[in-house]
Amino acid sequence: METLADLVAAEDVLLFVNAAITSTGQREFHSGAGEQRMSLDFLHAYMLGNYRDLYAATLALNINDHNAALIVRRLLESAKEATPEQRGTEGRLIARRLAALPPPRVYRLFRGLRRAGVNNRRTRAIIRDWLAARPDPAFDAVKYRGAVKSAARHAHLRLDGDLGPFLFEPADRRSEGFRSPLLEAWRRAHYEQSAVYDLPYTVAEGFAAKHGIDRELFLERIAPRLTRLERLRLQGAARAAGADSVRADLATMPLTRLAAYVLSLPLDERAARRAELTAALRTAARRAAGARAGTWGRVAAVLDDSFSSFGSTRKRRRPLAVALGCHFLLEALAEEFIPLWLSGGVDPLLRYPYGPTPLGERVLDALEHRPDRLLIVSDGWDNAPPGLAGEVLRVWRTRLDPGHRTGVTHLNPVYDADGFDVRRLAPGVPTAGVRDAEDLPTLVEFARFAEGRTGLAELRAHLDARVRHFLDGPGPDEPLPEGP
Amino acid sequence: MTTTTTLELTGLTALPAQTWGAIRLVPLVRDEPIADLRLDARLYGDDLAAVALDRRTAYYAYVPHGFVATWTADGTPAAAYGTRLRREDERRADPPPCVSLRFHRRMARRVDRDRVRFLPLHLALEGYLALHFGGPAVVWEEWSHRAVSHGLSPRVEQAYTGAEVAGLGDALRVFEIHPGQCGVLLYAADALAAAFVVPHPDDYRALHPSLLHDLYGELVHHYATLHGPVPDFRARIADGAVSSLAGLRAEAARQRAEWADFHATALAGGLLEEAYQVQRVRRMGPFALSRFLPPFHRRTEQHIGETITHEDGRLAYLKTFRLSEHQVRRGHLLTRLAAADWNLGAAAGLLGVTPAQLALRIEAAGFGALLRQDVLDHYRAEARRDR
Repeated sequence: METLADLVAAEDVLLFVNAAITSTGQREFHSGAGEQRMSLDFLHAYMLGNYRDLYAATLALNINDHNAALIVRRLLESAKEATPEQRGTEGRLIARRLAALPPPRVYRLFRGLRRAGVNNRRTRAIIRDWLAARPDPAFDAVKYRGAVKSAARHAHLRLDGDLGPFLFEPADRRSEGFRSPLLEAWRRAHYEQSAVYDLPYTVAEGFAAKHGIDRELFLERIAPRLTRLERLRLQGAARAAGADSVRADLATMPLTRLAAYVLSLPLDERAARRAELTAALRTAARRAAGARAGTWGRVAAVLDDSFSSFGSTRKRRRPLAVALGCHFLLEALAEEFIPLWLSGGVDPLLRYPYGPTPLGERVLDALEHRPDRLLIVSDGWDNAPPGLAGEVLRVWRTRLDPGHRTGVTHLNPVYDADGFDVRRLAPGVPTAGVRDAEDLPTLVEFARFAEGRTGLAELRAHLDARVRHFLDGPGPDEPLPEGP
Repeated sequence: MTTTTTLELTGLTALPAQTWGAIRLVPLVRDEPIADLRLDARLYGDDLAAVALDRRTAYYAYVPHGFVATWTADGTPAAAYGTRLRREDERRADPPPCVSLRFHRRMARRVDRDRVRFLPLHLALEGYLALHFGGPAVVWEEWSHRAVSHGLSPRVEQAYTGAEVAGLGDALRVFEIHPGQCGVLLYAADALAAAFVVPHPDDYRALHPSLLHDLYGELVHHYATLHGPVPDFRARIADGAVSSLAGLRAEAARQRAEWADFHATALAGGLLEEAYQVQRVRRMGPFALSRFLPPFHRRTEQHIGETITHEDGRLAYLKTFRLSEHQVRRGHLLTRLAAADWNLGAAAGLLGVTPAQLALRIEAAGFGALLRQDVLDHYRAEARRDR
């Protein structure tokens, strides 16, 4: 028998997971960065105080990097409140999650720990192990010099080889070279222009400015050193500067990132490169769908391209990018796919944020197609008229489809700071937060907990399974085998 | 030509409101835009190219009252004095009649030369009232100099720019403009603050942010500050009424129709059901520009404004200001004065007071500058003697 406390706990965990997936503490369309951060901070403090083990377990889910770093930090700050077995699990979860995070974010976390004076034995061990597992310490030392230095200092590390002198000895007082080629390149780059091109782009850029290297020449020659994202970000500017060798390979881009890139292009360019962009999006979607491709039957999707899907200047067109990603992923997952954009447009490539949010009417249009599944990707600000989507879905569920022939799921890419959750459309419709369109299959599965029909015991079992899979499995991006 | 009539939003449909805090914005949508009357291209600022495309179809242009732009040849900013209706080819020939603004150096720097914005507050309002009552333009010119350099003295009332109205900036920012939207009704705590209608959706998109530079009475400011969030009018569908998907759709459509009806009668009733004195200012082609005055009933909702109507009855342009209680009282005073042909003695007779009392009342109402200094001094002395 479920107690009231269990139901509350299950609800709290779902709420927190939704927040941790969607909110990045940045400005959104309807709320500012301050509101987002304050609201999120409260949730973290609340979860840590009340459900410490569940709080740690969320590290195994597809929460965003911002929240993963926050959770790790809070767990380490309050290490002494944990029981010995909690510490064991937490330690492994943290180590696993840190391994999956992008290095700049981990270094930022370490700096935050140093600034907050968190320096318990566990923290030091975690920093030590993480640094030891880095594939190329010399590369990190060059690219994140200050951060590595501060982390080494904070964890009382003894660095081997050239790293110690590289980080801590003044560069100008050194006369002999380093044995590591990258460190040596860095030393020579101070006075030799050709050595600049052996360094990572962010470091080389500083030296290029120092030597006054022409931008076109610099971009042309640094091109092989660019990371995938740097390439994507720079290619427009590089083409304008005349450096044609900076070309992003769209085929390897993850789906949502690619969708955001497509939406950043002017409409004319999108139309001109239609074949290339569509092919890239389809490839990314097929990769994300994996073995599940074509297994979802008849799927209808209501996709939000109203003005609020612009997001904010900090998260430009993020909600729209998620919707566009979902469009192509669902196309890959479904046997038959019926996309319905709120604006009434039919060309997914040419969507831009404009107009109101008449969710109710679009949901009606979708239900008319009698789909097996209906997905709604929207920020939930139904305003033309307000609340109609909720009413339509409620009446549909209670009067017209009590047997759940059509499964309805609402995916919401925006955290509502005032409500401490993503905005819901109707109580009977499960709502899940979504950050990347690639997570859609796992989220749809997870959303059934939000319907209120499954209790804490089942949720705990699901989380335990996810934690086990996360700790043993190859990485957090791998999908869980079907079933809880 | 003056007639008495009510205001009608012909050709416009009210769509569901969007709320933010205490502000409620009701979009007005046209089925078919009016293409042969467009915002003067110069007011588009950087977007001039967008209008240039339409030049072949745009036959007439209008300049809303109080919009500041570089009209004059020497590049100083000036404000349109009253809404203007012009033939498109007039545009190149002459600037519209306007009031040049003599800014201090400090203020002048702040003015982006080609940015569309409104007059300084009190200027706009006083000018508006004076304009409506045919107050002598010479005096108005004189005021603009005095008021800009010293502020209107004595200052008897306050008006607020939209930027000062709590939550209005955010409400306008998060408002999702409908396709085909040509107007908006703005409510603060469900009191109608302003109505704004333009002929074409492109004009609306260009002018939507200018609502923030618009001016609002103290009532609007206080309501927006003190009132909590207003509730949404959420859709409700009764369970029993629906047995099929088509039934559900019919119910949803009914919600829409009911809202438009409710809005016209309950929310906008104060604006639409009042009898206005309408004065036609100019007629051009199928369009007529008029100004309207409320009956100045004290302690009720009173709006003044300007309209451009097409001869087939469609409302092409509308802009209203909601008067505060002070302004209604002053409007009342001015109507009496105007009714007496600006003859002090006759007006005093109409109001049942002595001319001296009336003169002091005019001064107290902030229109002291309408009277010659020696005349005013004479009445002051008289009042002092009587005391």
